Amino acid sequence: MVEAVWLIPAFPLAGFVLLMLMGPKLGEPRAGWLATLAMGGSFVSSVVVYIGLLGEDAHDRQYVQTLFEWVPAGDFQVDIGFLVDPLSVTMTLFITGVGALIHLYSIGYMHGDPKFSKFFLYLNLFAFSMLMLVLGDNMLLTFLGWEGVGACSYFLIAFWFTDEANASAGKKAFVTNRIGDWGFMVAMFLMFTTIGSIQYTDIFANAAGISESTATAITILLLVGAAGKSAQIPLFVWLPDAMAGPTPVSALIHAATMVTSGVYLLTRMNGVIDVSAAWAPTTIAWVGAATALFAATIAVAQNDIKKVLAYSTVSQLGYMFLAIGTGAYVAAIFHMITHAFFKALLFLGSGSVIHGMDNDQDMRHYGGLRKLMPVTSITFIIGWLAIAGVPPFAGFWSKDEILAFAWEDNVALWAVGFITAILTAFYMSRQVFMTFFGRYRFADVRPEEVEELAATKVQAAENAVAEAEVGIGGAEEAVVKATEKLEKAQEKLVTRETEMADADASDEKAFDKATKNLDKAKDGVEKANVAAEEATAAVEAARDAVRTAQAQVANVAAASMGTGAIEFDLFNAPNIGEMTDDDLPEAARARREYHPHESPWQMTLPLVVLAGAAMVAGVMNLPFTSDLHFLDHWLEPTLVHPAHLTSSASVKWILAIVAVMGGAVGIAAAVAVYLRGRVPAAKIELPLLARGWRYDESISNFMGGPGRKSFDLVAWFDATFVDGAVNGVGRLVRDGGGQLRRLQSGLVRSYAAMVAIGAIALLVWFLSRANF
Amino acid sequence: MVGAIEVSTEWYLVLSAVLFSIGTVGLLIRRNPLVMFMCVELMLNAVNITFVAMGTELNDVGGQIAVFFVLVVAAVEVVVGLALVVAINRRRDGATADDISVLRG
Repeated sequence: MVEAVWLIPAFPLAGFVLLMLMGPKLGEPRAGWLATLAMGGSFVSSVVVYIGLLGEDAHDRQYVQTLFEWVPAGDFQVDIGFLVDPLSVTMTLFITGVGALIHLYSIGYMHGDPKFSKFFLYLNLFAFSMLMLVLGDNMLLTFLGWEGVGACSYFLIAFWFTDEANASAGKKAFVTNRIGDWGFMVAMFLMFTTIGSIQYTDIFANAAGISESTATAITILLLVGAAGKSAQIPLFVWLPDAMAGPTPVSALIHAATMVTSGVYLLTRMNGVIDVSAAWAPTTIAWVGAATALFAATIAVAQNDIKKVLAYSTVSQLGYMFLAIGTGAYVAAIFHMITHAFFKALLFLGSGSVIHGMDNDQDMRHYGGLRKLMPVTSITFIIGWLAIAGVPPFAGFWSKDEILAFAWEDNVALWAVGFITAILTAFYMSRQVFMTFFGRYRFADVRPEEVEELAATKVQAAENAVAEAEVGIGGAEEAVVKATEKLEKAQEKLVTRETEMADADASDEKAFDKATKNLDKAKDGVEKANVAAEEATAAVEAARDAVRTAQAQVANVAAASMGTGAIEFDLFNAPNIGEMTDDDLPEAARARREYHPHESPWQMTLPLVVLAGAAMVAGVMNLPFTSDLHFLDHWLEPTLVHPAHLTSSASVKWILAIVAVMGGAVGIAAAVAVYLRGRVPAAKIELPLLARGWRYDESISNFMGGPGRKSFDLVAWFDATFVDGAVNGVGRLVRDGGGQLRRLQSGLVRSYAAMVAIGAIALLVWFLSRANF
Repeated sequence: MVGAIEVSTEWYLVLSAVLFSIGTVGLLIRRNPLVMFMCVELMLNAVNITFVAMGTELNDVGGQIAVFFVLVVAAVEVVVGLALVVAINRRRDGATADDISVLRG
């Protein structure tokens, strides 16, 4: 049965190839069904392999299937082969299981997307890479999967790449991960030079013989690699930005599977960590603890529903690193699995909310969705209880185990983990309350809309003033023209009057003409007079218009001072002052007509299944008796030193009760702030936290300032010295050749002379050395 | 035997050296390709004399065998060389070796 292991990655690979060949032709929704079917086949194969492995004795549960030689290079031999053991099978089970559900969900979520089939192509490629990562029987094959998932992560974060922000989020993830990959690669090189192989079976056999310093170096380098992929300090910056991708991607790649590969790698290498210096695992534990707390504090102040979950994921991954650092590998894997269930559930739930809320991701705009989205809200609440550590949901068991191990290792680690647990309960409750409870806020007028409205009104009034001022200018010009006309008419009148006086009374004809002309001139003067008066009146009117317009500006400014100050309020509808419905922005009016809707069954079915898993996954490793440590016994053969809790039962009970109380405190605090309004939320959601402790900005500032300068320096060194050396050698050869070519005269006799001189020189040399 | 002078190996070597030197100088100072050719032949045959003389002196047949190789090479050289001389003379009548320097670097 275990021989079927090659089928596990083969299914998604086949799905990928088929979608590449005829994805657009299949179209929606058949392309999605094909991909989902491939994942389903992969899951069934995983179950078959799992059953096959269960049939073996505990210490025989290791099977290597070699497909073919990949890199035969002298001593360096790498095969394409699969290592089947409890650890890799555990990983494949939840990767393919959760993966299949998320594929199904995506059919609903990606409905109507123009790149529907391409999305599933990437998802299948990702699943294939992820399975190669966990099934590979050597570090290089794992690295292949490692890079494959990185590339797919990049493709999918930047899936809607026409938006600049999405494209750069993808780049950020890719570049940050390269730093981690460097650590992984150097660790791999070091491993090869130390034991001469990167095959896992060889590493297991020879790990104990590695010197302490080498093992420490490998451990720290692997930590660098794992910190990149699993978003730990200092390389976590990419994960919150990765939320730019479609939500199923966030659930599958950036919560359930890919980001746990760092944890997998460290667990796989537990034999090496075991022989490293004591400070190396301690470093891992503290990196994890620090990340857990740091990310949890940031999650408290995020308003984007997915950003909260992203920081939460970083925080939970920190727990897993904390577990690995304290030697509790099983606890890390246990939490990885339960986290995969409840975090995938939460992400898919948030996707369902976003889908139902017209792609709005701001939790301030939600509220009261419990009745509008019943399935989503109930499953989301189950996920919330699981992550908040409420017994008997899955997260309680796994987190509690990690905290117990931390307690035995170092009380300070436990304290950090405990504070993080309180914060986790708090920010997750905040999310649930803001989204599903309280007042329905979607139709509210938003502060930024009112501000924009006021700004447009002020702008319009100011435009009117400007126009009126132009009107004054025009009217004044008209006055000037009218006055000129009047003067001309008066001049004409004077000339006509003299003509009249000069005209001979006897010349009847001339007299008549003069009289007529005089009358005309008089008319002209009169008309010009009227025109001038009118023009003056127009100027007056224009001045009035300006005055009115200016008064209006003042009014609008005053009005916007009154209504523009509306603030986001969880509990009360915004006070829009004297504004009537007609004054409201169009978007706000449209939102009143919008009705949030529950998602289709393809989306809710995975939610229900995952909610079931999040409820009961704790039974994998119940702490009560040794017989109930199923996961412990199952994973034991893959660990060098399986860790066990040594504390007495009473200590464990107390720790568990304290943990539950911590969770309760977090939830109660969130109730007080977000349901009862006892404390204004602004006191907790500090701007510093909302900006992630300015970590991102500091990096940008450093890279833009001193970092940039040092890069320029390196570039200058490269251009001057490195390129100079290379070009110098080239120039030397060219110039030397230029000199030497003169010897090639084309004259046969001169060549012959050279040969002769050479021969004579040789002769002289030999004779001088000869002893006669 | 009256005043018989024994022709020892040294004589042959001296003869060979003289012939080789004549050939070398001829090759260097003459410009007529045909004469230069003859000079090269002279040098080759001077070496042949050395081979034969030393073969006899050391009682080693290898010297004679080497001469065969040299003869074969010389024959080949004559075939190619004379063909070249004929070709050159067809294009440029009365050309000397110094006139033909188109392969100048």
